[in-house]
Amino acid sequence: MINAASSSITRIALLGAVLLVSACSTPSQPNGINDPYEQTNRQTHEFNRGVDRIVLRPTSNAYGTVVPERARNGISNFANTLNQPADVVNSLLQGRIENAGHSAFRFLVNGIFGLGGFLDPATDMGLEDRDTDFGETLYVWGVPEGVYGELPIVGPVTERHAAGKVVDLFTNPLSSVLEGPGATAQTAANVASGFGTRYTLSDTIDSILYDSADSYAQARLIYLQNRRFKLGVDSSGTDLDPFEDPYDSLPLQ
Amino acid sequence: MTHFPFSNPSRRLVLAGLGAGLLATPALALSEAAAKTLVERAVADINRVIASGKSEAAMIRDFEGIFARYGDVPTIAISALGPPARSASAAQRSAFTQAFTGYMARKYGKRFREFAGGRIEVKDTRQRSRLIEVRTLAYLPGQSPFNVTFLVSDRSGSDKFVNLLIEGVNLFQTEKVEIGAMLDRRGGNVDALIQDLRRAG
Repeated sequence: MINAASSSITRIALLGAVLLVSACSTPSQPNGINDPYEQTNRQTHEFNRGVDRIVLRPTSNAYGTVVPERARNGISNFANTLNQPADVVNSLLQGRIENAGHSAFRFLVNGIFGLGGFLDPATDMGLEDRDTDFGETLYVWGVPEGVYGELPIVGPVTERHAAGKVVDLFTNPLSSVLEGPGATAQTAANVASGFGTRYTLSDTIDSILYDSADSYAQARLIYLQNRRFKLGVDSSGTDLDPFEDPYDSLPLQ
Repeated sequence: MTHFPFSNPSRRLVLAGLGAGLLATPALALSEAAAKTLVERAVADINRVIASGKSEAAMIRDFEGIFARYGDVPTIAISALGPPARSASAAQRSAFTQAFTGYMARKYGKRFREFAGGRIEVKDTRQRSRLIEVRTLAYLPGQSPFNVTFLVSDRSGSDKFVNLLIEGVNLFQTEKVEIGAMLDRRGGNVDALIQDLRRAG
């Protein structure tokens, strides 16, 4: 019953994502940055900066100060372990069978020998995290990147990544099994893990959001470079070519 | 007195040798092995500074030296400034390069502390047109290893870094955009930008 219900939810979510992507997809542009809604995005960016300054930054600093490092690592390991089944599903959808087995094995090892996922013995055994998401699955399926945007709270995304994030809410097989306290624990672990990341990367994030002359442009560039790197997109010959030679763009002579 | 065949070379042999030397220049160009060695030396120098336990200000001075020694700073700086460098005077360009060096050392030198207790492992090297890409994995305590790529060029006359990519995030491009934004804020005034750069980072 539960499985039938959750699989139909998954199907609806998938359909929604496909519609979303096909409705707003722009032709795949092998250029650097496709940001037609920049003015709106900049307003959202200011809103997000406010949320970070007032809520996220102070909360994550408190979390990082109060909760000892080992406990924080434990919680983020736990969140990571609970996310492995979703990685397995996405790797299968991408046809990356080896990665799917890898993540399934990682889930079992950390679940069984890692105190239910709070420790990460799998990485020491060579089963490092191979994080993926439905946005990557859409990339593998040939869905174009779409336009860049900054969403409230969520932050920088491409259309493809945003559609993937919607589906990610439904594709973790564990979420359909976990109910009541289990589901709450999973959500709590994800949120706490997010605060932990904000705390660990505090200097980097502060430097981008608060020290930059144009934090919107920095966040956009860094997000796109990192996302394309993760997906393995070939950006050569574009504005974001990672192997651009500074000698070739030397303005003198 | 040795009688090595070339110990008393004829004039023709010398010329032939010179010619061969000139022709062979591409073979003497930056090799992947040399690029790898450069990365290893720089990493060792950075680790030494981190382990020195000096004050932050002293470490940043050391990083500035490392940046200037291993990086092709004038090229990175002027290329990051972009077209406005064309109308700038030689004095402005040199003041900008100097301010940029200090800015980079402060901005990233502060962050090198995060590398304390970490190590960098060279994975492989690859030729990317005229650049050599040196791919490494950085291991920091309590974090999953991440990809750091060094791009090395010999177009300055010696082997130097021209860029660094961390998980795909491109240091040269991000600084180019940042410098552009700083210049816009000053309405394109290069002198004002130089003043700002001296304080930034």
